[in-house]
Amino acid sequence: MLRLAFPTQLARAGIVGMNRRNVELIAQNNPRRLYPLVDDKLKTKELAEANGLAAPKLIGVVKLTGQIKMLPEFLASHEQFVIKPSRGSGGKGILVVSGRDGDDYIKPSGSRIGFDAVARHINNTLSGLFSLGGKPDVAMIEAMVDFDRVFDRFSFEGVPDIRVIVYKGFPMMAMTRLSTAESDGKANLHQGAVGVGLDIGTGKALRAVQHDLPITHHPDTGADLSEMEVPHWAELIRLAARCQAASGLGYLGADIVLDRLAGPQVLELNARPGLAIQVANGEGMARRVDRIEALIADENPPSDPIWRADWARRALGGGSA
Amino acid sequence: MTAKLQLRIIVGILLLIGIGVTAYKHSGLGFPLMPGSKETVWTAEAHISFRAQGDPVKVTLSLPHSTDSLLVVDRGSAGRGFGYHTENSGAGRVAIWQARSPEGDHSLFYRARVYRGGQPDVFASLDAPKRPDAPVFDLTQADAADTILAEAHSLSADNVGLALRLVQSLTAEEPSPAAQALLGEDPSFTDRVRMAQRLMHSAGIPAERVRGMSLEEIKKTSRLSDVLAVWDGETWRAIDVRTATMGLPELFLPWQFGSDSLFEVEGARDSEIRFSIIPDEVSGRQAAITLNAETGSMLLDFSILSLPVEAQKAFATLLLIPIGALVVVVLRNLVGLQTSGTFMPILIALVFVQTELLTGLALFLIVVSTGLVIRGYLTSLNLLLVPRIAAVLVVVIGLYILLSVVGFRLGITKALSVTFFPMIIISWTIERMSVLAEEEGMKDVLIQGGGSLLTAVIAYLVMTNRFVSYWTFQFPELLLVVLAVILVIGQYTGYRLSELRRFEPLARQD
Repeated sequence: MLRLAFPTQLARAGIVGMNRRNVELIAQNNPRRLYPLVDDKLKTKELAEANGLAAPKLIGVVKLTGQIKMLPEFLASHEQFVIKPSRGSGGKGILVVSGRDGDDYIKPSGSRIGFDAVARHINNTLSGLFSLGGKPDVAMIEAMVDFDRVFDRFSFEGVPDIRVIVYKGFPMMAMTRLSTAESDGKANLHQGAVGVGLDIGTGKALRAVQHDLPITHHPDTGADLSEMEVPHWAELIRLAARCQAASGLGYLGADIVLDRLAGPQVLELNARPGLAIQVANGEGMARRVDRIEALIADENPPSDPIWRADWARRALGGGSA
Repeated sequence: MTAKLQLRIIVGILLLIGIGVTAYKHSGLGFPLMPGSKETVWTAEAHISFRAQGDPVKVTLSLPHSTDSLLVVDRGSAGRGFGYHTENSGAGRVAIWQARSPEGDHSLFYRARVYRGGQPDVFASLDAPKRPDAPVFDLTQADAADTILAEAHSLSADNVGLALRLVQSLTAEEPSPAAQALLGEDPSFTDRVRMAQRLMHSAGIPAERVRGMSLEEIKKTSRLSDVLAVWDGETWRAIDVRTATMGLPELFLPWQFGSDSLFEVEGARDSEIRFSIIPDEVSGRQAAITLNAETGSMLLDFSILSLPVEAQKAFATLLLIPIGALVVVVLRNLVGLQTSGTFMPILIALVFVQTELLTGLALFLIVVSTGLVIRGYLTSLNLLLVPRIAAVLVVVIGLYILLSVVGFRLGITKALSVTFFPMIIISWTIERMSVLAEEEGMKDVLIQGGGSLLTAVIAYLVMTNRFVSYWTFQFPELLLVVLAVILVIGQYTGYRLSELRRFEPLARQD
């Protein structure tokens, strides 16, 4: 069975294809020189700090092997922290420490590791074991996010983040990725994670897909996905818009998580966000791009990200686009 | 100027140059568009034999002329013990052999290669001739000559027309009484031509006999035949006496013009000359190259064909790579196939060219899958990147040796061609596949690996297509057309074939 759509059908549905994304959205809006800002998480962190964007606090950076010796003392005052490579790919090399017991470090799973394991992990990170292309890297130590519990029943393992696509300062589409048993706890859609499209106006679930096909309930937890609603939505959308303003990238994917106390936090930025978000939303993004372009051409909107975020929630939300 | 407009202009220019040069090389320089089209090339040979008696001998041979449809290229001479040179003389060139005191029977050869195509008419370069002396006819012939000339004169307007009329009446199936009186009983062809020439001279018009041979007659020994050349007041015009038409007969190779002697042997006896024509089928492209090298076409002087053969061979392969790149571009950007490494499939396709497809595929699968298994074990050792790839490289070379030796022992000599695989590329492919397997799972490895192999096979099939390899090498300017197509695809913003499937659920809702 070969299900194929006609190109005209896709065009009518406003679907943006890979080629158009690469030529019109990425090449024309994202200058190459800005890529390091988002590809290197340490730089993203600095960017967030300089622009007052909420993000997990950076505790420290290990740049040289020699610095590892000083770590036990440095970490003494931190009960919980996350060690991650600055240029990691695909979520590899992230070590979460959720508690301490004497000299031991406790992982979220409850297992204990000694300092030698932590040191080895950092050593591997520095030598580029987890980085793209195996380049030498630095290890970042940042505060652990105290994840909001609202998603617990929607995700099989791990905590979902919210991906917001921001075009020229206007958040235009959002989704969240829920890991499943099939995706092995990874939030990767083509490995079987569930994508849930979120109404850009309200943060309520629009539609859920697994393997590009619509589903209604989470395959593992059985939760009704249509009940999903992301709290602090207005704040989250504004944060995404501000990320765009700070980074200068015209087509940006902002990955945001919700901290129980501190609210939305920027986890990562992406200069080449994918197109699966269209499938999760059940709608193409071309029409939204056109509306934003029309607004910019006709009404000379203020560049203030807050204004743009609020406009986008009103104009693009609720399926009104 | 927007990028789109610039691109269109560049693409337009590239297409114009690429297709224009190709068209010129085809129609102007005679490069055939299709591979394997044959063209006839002749070897014309003159063989002079004589008996020397110890006196100084000098042999002069008038050499064939190029015409507007044939090009003559000297292929030198043979003559043991004789000095040889050529010089310009009268209407054309002569070959001269000399020796101080030869004795006995001698044979001298002159050879030329004759190609289709040619140069401006040789006759055009000749100077205006003197007014010829009126020939003397005996009484019986004088009246007939006057009758024929008067008739021809009244039915013509200029020299050439007059000559054509004369030739017509002299070669008519049922000759007029006047013609019969002039030619006598059973005249030979040469007699007719001679008579036409005499009549022209008596009318005060310069006319010459041109002797040469027809390349159409494929005989071991050829005889010379005659063509009449008439001065039209400005230039010499050839008249084919047999058909009484203007112009040289087709495939007529003029060897001797007018009163120049065909050959002369001084200081020897029993001299004799024989001619032979040997036709030869060569590829049209070879003929075009030789022909244009002789006429000194600029385009060829600055083309790949002017390079040494070894370098030409290298370019024949290099020029296929853009075609492979085009295949990759089409499959990735228009079809949406995933490949591991952008141009790795091209390199694999190049290997297939050397190993044959099935052998190559089998060897590739064996090496890569074995490599993946061993690389999988290396993962558990937590090696650093460069040592890890270096280790994979060593493993790959080990596999090459193992495959070759075991294959050879088992009598599978094809296994030896495993060495054609570039091991650095193979190592990186294994490394990348292995990382992919860890990060995304085996399914992705199969998708990307399968995509790469499919791309490599398609690229191989296209690159080994004999039309494609002929065109890329003979018409390297088509590279510009390939570039233009790649540039156009580079700005294609439409959907990929795979996306028609991927986004199909979204289209269904409408």
